Amino acid sequence: MINKDVWDKNRGGRKTRSAIGVFLTGLCASLAALALLAVLGYVIYQGARAVNPAFLTQLPKPVGETGGGVANGIVGSLITVALATLIATPLGVLTGIFLALFGRGMVAESVRFLSDVLSGIPSIAIGLFAYTLLVAPFKHFSGVSASVAFAVLMLPLIIRTSEEAVRSVPQTIREGALALGMSVYRSTMQVIVPAARPAIITGLLLSIARVAGETAPLLFTAFGSPFWTVNPTQPMAQLPLQIFNYAISPYEDWHRQAWGGAMILILAVLVLNITARFVFAAPKNRQ
Amino acid sequence: MRRRADSARRSDAFFLFCVYAAAAFFVVIVAALFVMLTKGSWLSLQTFGLKFLWTSEWNPVNNTFGALPLIFGTVVSSLIAIVLAGLVGILAATFLADFAPRWMARPLSFTIELLAAVPSVVYGLWGLFVLAPLIRSYIGPALQKTLGFLPLFQGPIYGVGLLTAGIILAIMILPTVTAISRDVIAAIPEDQREAGMSLGATKWETIRSVVLPAARTGIFGALILALGRAVGETIAVTMVIGNRPVISASLFAPSYTLASVIANEFTEATSDLYLSALIELGLLLFVVSFLINAMARLMMWTVFRDK
Repeated sequence: MINKDVWDKNRGGRKTRSAIGVFLTGLCASLAALALLAVLGYVIYQGARAVNPAFLTQLPKPVGETGGGVANGIVGSLITVALATLIATPLGVLTGIFLALFGRGMVAESVRFLSDVLSGIPSIAIGLFAYTLLVAPFKHFSGVSASVAFAVLMLPLIIRTSEEAVRSVPQTIREGALALGMSVYRSTMQVIVPAARPAIITGLLLSIARVAGETAPLLFTAFGSPFWTVNPTQPMAQLPLQIFNYAISPYEDWHRQAWGGAMILILAVLVLNITARFVFAAPKNRQ
Repeated sequence: MRRRADSARRSDAFFLFCVYAAAAFFVVIVAALFVMLTKGSWLSLQTFGLKFLWTSEWNPVNNTFGALPLIFGTVVSSLIAIVLAGLVGILAATFLADFAPRWMARPLSFTIELLAAVPSVVYGLWGLFVLAPLIRSYIGPALQKTLGFLPLFQGPIYGVGLLTAGIILAIMILPTVTAISRDVIAAIPEDQREAGMSLGATKWETIRSVVLPAARTGIFGALILALGRAVGETIAVTMVIGNRPVISASLFAPSYTLASVIANEFTEATSDLYLSALIELGLLLFVVSFLINAMARLMMWTVFRDK
């Protein structure tokens, strides 16, 4: 006969405690998700009132005048990020191919380790590096120096995703290409890389999304400008910088514009992230 | 036929050269980061030496630069962030790995990971116009009422300050803590959980006394990785920490961090020594975050090595 006191259904409150514990973990997960909704929701709520055609097509107005837009910042950001992508893509993808197919032992392990560690180096330190390399010697700020800083920031992610993408192409495909008499170059670039392309593009889009919102390195590389700037060897207007400067200014109308800029930025970054994960990652999920 | 083979051999040699050169160039870039930052801070390194790290006067007017208040602000704001994000993040990770039904786990994970995609400047904007007023009018006074006997919660509440910066940082590193801890917890073999349950432990007891202890190293690695993020975070912190190089016991007081000093003062630095001192702060950030990340990676490596 089992004593009811010893074997009660609730195990002396332990089941209740367990339920509370599980509930607590769920609460924390919801809290984390709510943080995103709170930030996103408020930015869209405030930003929607600031964004209009003029905001997207006009130059900033001088201090004291209301209105104006961030068109030059959007174009400037597009140019620096595009340049950075051009610099980082070949370097990152080739290094990824090296790690997946050719590198072995300590050498490959060290490159992988450096890449992982670089991904945690603060962007402001990398901005200072671009400053000492490309701004100080030429004695003026430039869009190019910002692109170089961005490229360094993009590299770890591109390297890691390219490596994994190339590695996930089955060994048999590579061997098949080589067995047919293809050269190493052709088997890699015409068979393996095309098979790995969706995953490589995912990595590229995520790395673009990562630097598109970077502000800190821009302070002393691109520097910003109130004018139309399309020449990357000169200081360039940048959307994240405009948001920063408007936000810490004392003017009501600039705060409004900061929200408008933030909404554009956050939507661009989210679209890039969601495209990367769902559109290009889709073939992998179907397997 | 022969000519084709020759040209194939040549293109192979060139291709392999490119692949190896890319990897070598990448290593050179990382080395150049260290070299250029050291070169840029040489003047300050020679002038102040190690004294730079523990003197507490940051006064550009007299060309006196001591980084102690900045190190203090960086450490305290990061610690607040780690405590908050660690608590919420590890519990959330347990939920995502063990308790959440499948249909819920994926979208919830994705939403939390998207937090990492939000640009720093947007967090700063939100912190400045939403969180800081909340702290000034509601959260701060409430903390003062309940915990005001502690020096941590005394003094005037400005809204911007260490606590605000810590909370913003916590939100920013939350996805790092959650995602990695979730993977670590999910990697604990199922039979360990079954062993716990079969001994009569409840779900919560299994998590607390079987799963979390087994995942300890990996979770610790995740926290260290997140710490690295928090230490180097710049723009959002600059916008909400108040930017004053003082050491104060109160979490409501304004402060300053290594990164935000660089962000605020770099373009105003008038003397060579001032500029050099700011670059030295960047060097310090580089070295510290390099070590933190190296340590975290080594820990993660021991966890996932056998998988």
